[in-house]
Amino acid sequence: MNIFTRRRKELEAFKRAVLNRKREHQTAQIPDNLFEACPSCGKSYLQDKLQENLYVCPDCGFHIRIGARERISQLCDSFRETDKTFCVPDKDFPGYSEKLDKARDLTGLRDACVCGVAKIGEQRFMLCVMDSRFMMGSMGQTVGEKIVRTVEGAIRRHLPLVIFTTSGGARMQEGILSLIQMARTSAALEKLSEEQLPYISILTDPTTGGVSASFAMLADIILAEPGALIGFAGRRVIASTVREELPEDFQRAEFLLEKGFVDRIVDRRDLKDELGVLLSLHERRPLWT
Amino acid sequence: MDVTAENPSVSENPSGLREAERQIAELAEHQCRVGEGTPEWEDLETQIRKLRKAAFADLTPWDKVWLARHPSRPKAEDYIERLFPDLIELKGDRCFADDPALIGGVCEFDGRPVTVLAQAKGRSTAENIRRSFGMMHPEGYRKAMRLARQAEKFRRPVITLIDTSGAYPGKGAEERGQAQAIAECLKLFSGLKTPVIGIVLSEGGSGGALALSVCDHLAMLEHAVYSVLSPEGFASILWRDESRAEEAAGVMELTAQDLKKKGVIDSIIREPLGAHNDFNYVCSQIDEMLREQLAGLSRKKPSQLSADRLRRIRSWGIDSRRQRTEQE
Repeated sequence: MNIFTRRRKELEAFKRAVLNRKREHQTAQIPDNLFEACPSCGKSYLQDKLQENLYVCPDCGFHIRIGARERISQLCDSFRETDKTFCVPDKDFPGYSEKLDKARDLTGLRDACVCGVAKIGEQRFMLCVMDSRFMMGSMGQTVGEKIVRTVEGAIRRHLPLVIFTTSGGARMQEGILSLIQMARTSAALEKLSEEQLPYISILTDPTTGGVSASFAMLADIILAEPGALIGFAGRRVIASTVREELPEDFQRAEFLLEKGFVDRIVDRRDLKDELGVLLSLHERRPLWT
Repeated sequence: MDVTAENPSVSENPSGLREAERQIAELAEHQCRVGEGTPEWEDLETQIRKLRKAAFADLTPWDKVWLARHPSRPKAEDYIERLFPDLIELKGDRCFADDPALIGGVCEFDGRPVTVLAQAKGRSTAENIRRSFGMMHPEGYRKAMRLARQAEKFRRPVITLIDTSGAYPGKGAEERGQAQAIAECLKLFSGLKTPVIGIVLSEGGSGGALALSVCDHLAMLEHAVYSVLSPEGFASILWRDESRAEEAAGVMELTAQDLKKKGVIDSIIREPLGAHNDFNYVCSQIDEMLREQLAGLSRKKPSQLSADRLRRIRSWGIDSRRQRTEQE
């Protein structure tokens, strides 16, 4: 191996490392730096400019992951939070309370979702937004219970339900009690169906595991953000089972749209308008007379 | 979740149970040599029984994981042959295919028609490959839903037998909506207007098992395990080290006894010496439990059944005394 091929190899390895690092940081780091780079194309923008563009890259259109509070401020004309301090006592599991503390410090949330009564224009609805910065949006007892309560809130108030999902799946540390949240949330939605109240879910990056296999996929209308990773099993697990190359867009929103599991892919900048229209189309009114 | 990892070879288990099983095998071999009926044979028989009893008296969670996956542990088909011998198998999801990982059908039980849905691991390697080691595809969950709706229509109870390490993680499964199929299954069963009784036979893993666990009475065999993920997967996600599966099993609270304490399951079916050593006894216990539960549930009106089940799932796994409710 001469010096040039070695150099080239080193350079390639460096490039790969940089690319990998980029993929790891797909969440908007809001408070710290003045500039932020698009995780996809690498271009840097002023924080303000990105925020103004709803954290969609002005150049390549990449949808950067955003937290629950940011989502709510983008979307709602008014928002009143419910179950703000609700939290199931932390389970005693090695290292779990430290992880929770870290996530709480990072996000200012008690757990991985925020719920409340929201308004777009004059349309009132129950809203639940998950936050991937909080332990990858994993669903434990607190998230499960808050979703169940939000669904019940929709029934009690006769309001439509909107949920923004982002989650890696069940929260391992809470074991079986996190698994059964899949059944609890699905059963709550069965009651919502019986009441004939509309439910719209918006699948954002990433929506996988126990969340995709429960409330995310049970909506009357399922929207997705462009490029969002959506699926049940992890890509690595599947690759090791099938032992073949998976297509580039495998488990992306566009792939699910093509396979018929998502109604529409909506650009974040159009989402507020589209959601407003969809909600108004589901207003209760008398059948044509 | 590697397919080969789902069927670990028996020799991997380093526990006391394995040592006991090895000794028992040796004794049994010796027993064959001395011939049945001799005093020595009787003596060996007592020794074997004693050894087995001692081994099963104090099983670790990892022993139970090993036991739950033991090749000689009875599979769904064994239970069907014994409990539902006249089962007429009904196949297909009417959309795409039939999933051999789920056996579905109708038969008579205790003088009434019932629908049986059983996750079937194979009894041989060839059969395991055909049945994808009991890991269901979306078409399996859709078949389960079709037969559950049919059961509701004709007002017959549903009995589910659970034995899977999880839903199949594959390309086709994702393309055909594994997540959507499981989600719909959870929703449908929660509101089904006919009795549903579930039994965890050996291994209950992740959403793939949960999809058939939404029921009015969930029973579990004494040495079965039920968890959010396989111990290997759990160790791999939390500690990035699959080899710490034994340690994971120790902290996952996946045994029937743990789950009963947490209120996740309703009853435990005894198997003092393991289902493979005492199949008749285990079957008679299941039979008795099913008769008792069916008699009670059949008295309820269909609408009452679904209302009760929805309420039951609403409070599933919640310890009301522990929960702080600082609402709004």
